[in-house]
Amino acid sequence: MVEVRDLHFSWNTHIIFDGIDIAVQRGKITAIMGPSGTGKTTLLRLIGGQLRPDSGTILVEGEDVPKLSRQELYKLRRQIGMLFQSGALFSDLSVFENVAFPLREHTSLPESMLHDLVLMKLQAVGLRGAHELMPSELSGGMARRVALARALALDPSLIMFDEPFAGQDPISMGVLVQLIRLLNDALNMTTIIVSHDVQETISIADYIYIVADARIVGSGTPEVLMKNGTAWVQQFMQGLPDGPVPFHYPAQDYSADLWGTAL
Amino acid sequence: MLIKRVQLLGRSGLGFLDNIGQAAIILYHAIVGKPDWAHGISRLTQQLYSVGVLSLIIIVLSSLFIGMVLALQGYTILVKFGAEHALGQLIALSLVRELGPVVGALLFAGRAGSALTAEIGLMKTTEQLSSMEMMGIDPLRRIIGPRFWAGQISLPLLTLIFNCVAVLGGYMVGVEWLGVDGGAFWANMQSAVDFHADVVNGIIKSVVFGSVVTWIAVYQGLDCPPTSEGIGRATTRTVVYSSLAILGLDFFLTAVMFGDT
Repeated sequence: MVEVRDLHFSWNTHIIFDGIDIAVQRGKITAIMGPSGTGKTTLLRLIGGQLRPDSGTILVEGEDVPKLSRQELYKLRRQIGMLFQSGALFSDLSVFENVAFPLREHTSLPESMLHDLVLMKLQAVGLRGAHELMPSELSGGMARRVALARALALDPSLIMFDEPFAGQDPISMGVLVQLIRLLNDALNMTTIIVSHDVQETISIADYIYIVADARIVGSGTPEVLMKNGTAWVQQFMQGLPDGPVPFHYPAQDYSADLWGTAL
Repeated sequence: MLIKRVQLLGRSGLGFLDNIGQAAIILYHAIVGKPDWAHGISRLTQQLYSVGVLSLIIIVLSSLFIGMVLALQGYTILVKFGAEHALGQLIALSLVRELGPVVGALLFAGRAGSALTAEIGLMKTTEQLSSMEMMGIDPLRRIIGPRFWAGQISLPLLTLIFNCVAVLGGYMVGVEWLGVDGGAFWANMQSAVDFHADVVNGIIKSVVFGSVVTWIAVYQGLDCPPTSEGIGRATTRTVVYSSLAILGLDFFLTAVMFGDT
């Protein structure tokens, strides 16, 4: 469904990806994990064609995303749903209109059918009763569920989640975890999740890639990674404070910093 | 040291050219982008309301006071030469040729231009524009196009309203308060103001100013760093750049329109 081959990407002089390979299987939930600032969100933007790589191939449904024309890219994106970390709901539109937005833009459905479709999408995320509310009246978890309903509006074959669990209370997090798994299976979609919430992600992911230092440092099913990963992977998966990623930021000798000279 | 300075100069030059290029692309998409007639009219109407109708109060109040001050100042000078009957002519020509288009555009930049930049900047910061792109919807057509056209349509209409209200303010002070003859006030105005040379040229100015202010405002909104500080700076830049552009272009347009008379 999605294939990334030998991807190189840099921002100014900073290398973000130095030749990574990822394969996302159709119908599965694939998680991209790693510490903050390793370029996980950038990877989603590269897959969605919002950024262009320095070199490498990004295939979505067999189409090489960086080589697509503007028109072809916009056409491909209609098959991709994306849930942003902030939800990115349109603040001047109600919940109903937010979900109706992509349908109004891309289809000419009669108003009655559009009304029913929107309510069905909202029902799927448990928020049919909130269709008249404005985004400012929603909690963070509700906003993300509305954004999920909006991302599902055009029945995409691929859906990408950018940090769906960040900043959620346990109930909202449980709801989102369950929704992602259920919707993926019920709608026969392919899902990519970018997250650093280990427990929630391994509970639903079929396959995991761990990104660090501009490359893939580990990949496999959650069970394999939890048991047989490298020291780096073990530190990340178990949340250990020290290890290959040191607790201390690199600095000169401690005593030299305190007293001016090394003892 | 010297090489660093040359590098800095080169980087600034490239950055400037990059900005101009991006702004030109935005303008191209806003103007040439295929209009979507199914939804276009309602979006344009919405923007005409927020850009134009909501600017109406500041335009009406400002123009009323400007017309009143113009009458007061004009009268004190004209009465020394016994020419106070030419007050209507003075007010009308000052307004339709210069004050209407220029002051109207400056007020428009402060009210609608800054609001446009802040709105688009906030949409960028909260990833609304990115989400639109990911839905396969071009934000330049969906967001920028209607705002651009609304600015271009609104400002000439606001300028006409500015001129009418300011003349009314001048009438109230000149005729009703200072006692200038009402017949002479209107008759001199009518004979002195040429519709094509004065009124139409003034409107052409306001169309140009409307395009430039809206262009600057939407570009600054799209280009701002996605932070609250970035939005604040972009809003300030919109007002400053728009004001300078209006005054500079006014000189150029005045020279072209009235330079040989």
